[in-house]
Amino acid sequence: MNQSTFLQILPFIILSAGIVVAILVEIFTTKGKALLPAFFSVLFLANSLLSLAQINVSSNLYQMLALGGKAAFFNFIFSIGALIAVMSSVNYVKKYGANFGEYYILLASSVLGMMLMAGALDLFVVFLGLEVMSINFYILAGINRKKKTANEASLKYFLLGAFATGFVVYGIGLIYGSAGNTNLNFIINNFTRLLKMPLFVIGLGLFFVGFSFKIAAFPFHMWVPDVYQGAATSVTGLMSTIGKAAAFSVLIFAISPVTFNGAEHIFRPYFATLAILSTLYASIVAIAQTNLKRMLAYSSIVHAGYMSIGLAAGNVYSVAGIIFYLAAYTFMNLGAFGVIAIVEDENDGKTDLKAFAGLHKKNPMLAGFMALFMFALAGIPPLAGFFGKYYVFVGAIKQNLLYLALVGITASLISVYFYLRVVVYMYFKDEEEDFEIKTDYPGMFAVLVSGIFVLIFGVFPSILMKLITSVLR
Amino acid sequence: MIHVSLTHYLVVSAFLFSFGLYGVVTRKNAVMVLMGIELILNSANINFVAFSKFGNYGLNGQIMALFVIILAAAEAAIALAIVLNIYKTFAHVDVDKINNLKE
Amino acid sequence: MLENYIPIILVLVIAAIFAGAIIASSRIFGPKRPSKAKVMPYESGKNPIGAARQRFSVKYYLVAMLFIIFDIEVIYVYPWGVEFKNLLNSHGMFAFWPMFIFLVVLELGFLYIFKKGGLKWD
Repeated sequence: MNQSTFLQILPFIILSAGIVVAILVEIFTTKGKALLPAFFSVLFLANSLLSLAQINVSSNLYQMLALGGKAAFFNFIFSIGALIAVMSSVNYVKKYGANFGEYYILLASSVLGMMLMAGALDLFVVFLGLEVMSINFYILAGINRKKKTANEASLKYFLLGAFATGFVVYGIGLIYGSAGNTNLNFIINNFTRLLKMPLFVIGLGLFFVGFSFKIAAFPFHMWVPDVYQGAATSVTGLMSTIGKAAAFSVLIFAISPVTFNGAEHIFRPYFATLAILSTLYASIVAIAQTNLKRMLAYSSIVHAGYMSIGLAAGNVYSVAGIIFYLAAYTFMNLGAFGVIAIVEDENDGKTDLKAFAGLHKKNPMLAGFMALFMFALAGIPPLAGFFGKYYVFVGAIKQNLLYLALVGITASLISVYFYLRVVVYMYFKDEEEDFEIKTDYPGMFAVLVSGIFVLIFGVFPSILMKLITSVLR
Repeated sequence: MIHVSLTHYLVVSAFLFSFGLYGVVTRKNAVMVLMGIELILNSANINFVAFSKFGNYGLNGQIMALFVIILAAAEAAIALAIVLNIYKTFAHVDVDKINNLKE
Repeated sequence: MLENYIPIILVLVIAAIFAGAIIASSRIFGPKRPSKAKVMPYESGKNPIGAARQRFSVKYYLVAMLFIIFDIEVIYVYPWGVEFKNLLNSHGMFAFWPMFIFLVVLELGFLYIFKKGGLKWD
């Protein structure tokens, strides 16, 4: 192992060592809950900078883990996202009654799993990363074990998540059996040959079905609303953004143009169906939601649908578009959940639309940011969400999939309604519930950082796009 | 004496997978659903070991099976903890009746 | 051929002597205060008389869960232990440190449980 490889695996080493140190802190002191947020913030910041620095050098570790390039870009997104999530957790977990040092350890471990998934060059590592991420999420969803809602969310997430994992594992088993190898590069290079084996096709199908659960696309979405509503808001923010990005990072790798051209008759109908169903179904159901967390859960299904349009197109443009979209979505959604985490009260209340009525009088800054995130999620230019959709749809049109782009545009027109309703409530309705919003510095900082990223990616999308195309090369 | 070939293993594992699937879908008790999930994971394990033995693919499959066993155990431990919390807050573990969230 | 078994026999003999010595020394030197609980037939620490169907304390579950985890983790150590000599020849000390780190992390988990009172019975 030479020095540059060492530098490239440094983010993994830093995070793992940090988790070990954090466990030691939890063992020997009682100050964990005060120290760990700052500790992990510094770690995630260092990791994001390290990953960004490694983005143009690509290599791999024993053909198991890709380093640099796309993996480094995803690591950057994960680290920044986790940093924002930690920031918006600091005060929120105190309200929520889950102010444990373990919360941050679990959060960091889940990020470690995501980094493994994004860099996986082998189906072993995909599975390992998936499990490390998911198991931590199961616990995080039920982090307050005295709350019925949290326990329900945790159980539902576990049952469906483990079920999906079972599909993924069985799929990997069949792929291994037919290919004789679990190395992803090997599989991609021999793709057309392998595709003639029914066993391989079944395995691939099971693998994709399992991951469709994880990205929360339509026929596999039943767990999403309940889990997103029941889990702690900061946790929901984490798993709806970078958790989803991690699952997509695996799908993007599998859908590299080389494999795609051999199997478009399998991939395209599958992902096109997912895309059409999730965008249309979830954007219509979201209109009926009054709870913001539940509404954002359906919105997350809609966004998974848009990204599936990119998967169905499967060319370089659309894959770049998906990555852009994931980055943009991470910041818009984390920001929105950060605002909800600040407004939410001690008893899980104040997460419905009524609580946001007249917010701009109470706290103009918070209302402004929420409006920004809602506009961005709705895809109104010039904000990050618009360009995410734009790139994905352009990719679809270049592949002569105009109907998918049209479905996507229809769904975004429908979804403008429920995003803008939040803005209308905040600015044009009178306060319905009299309560005080206690802002805190870390939480506001998280919202501010997300807001800045949403603006930057919206106004100067070419910065991010250049980075992504250089990574995909 | 029947010759046991790869197909036999695959059939057994496919049956186990289907039983697991059936268990997950039909059972009401959370612990029984968990057992269904364990069946699915272990059916995959049979596949890994069988392919590794009959396919001359080296030991990769067996190592993968080890990983699956460990992660299944970790999942089982987490699941039991979650079910215990469910029992403490809901006083039952019937998955069909745990739906407070939808309003 | 047969001399290969000498170490095993040696171990057996030493084990027998050691075990016998311990039991004998506790018989000889230990205080003898028989009580009702002590002379009871041994049934894994439970009352041997009564219905077989009892409700278990919920604490059993916690210990059982922890047991599952620590018990299963050993599965990694077996193949490593069997192949350790070959690995040492081919990879040098690189064969040793990953497992060492793994076990240290595992022990850290154990220490964590211990400190948090996961193994306390009351």
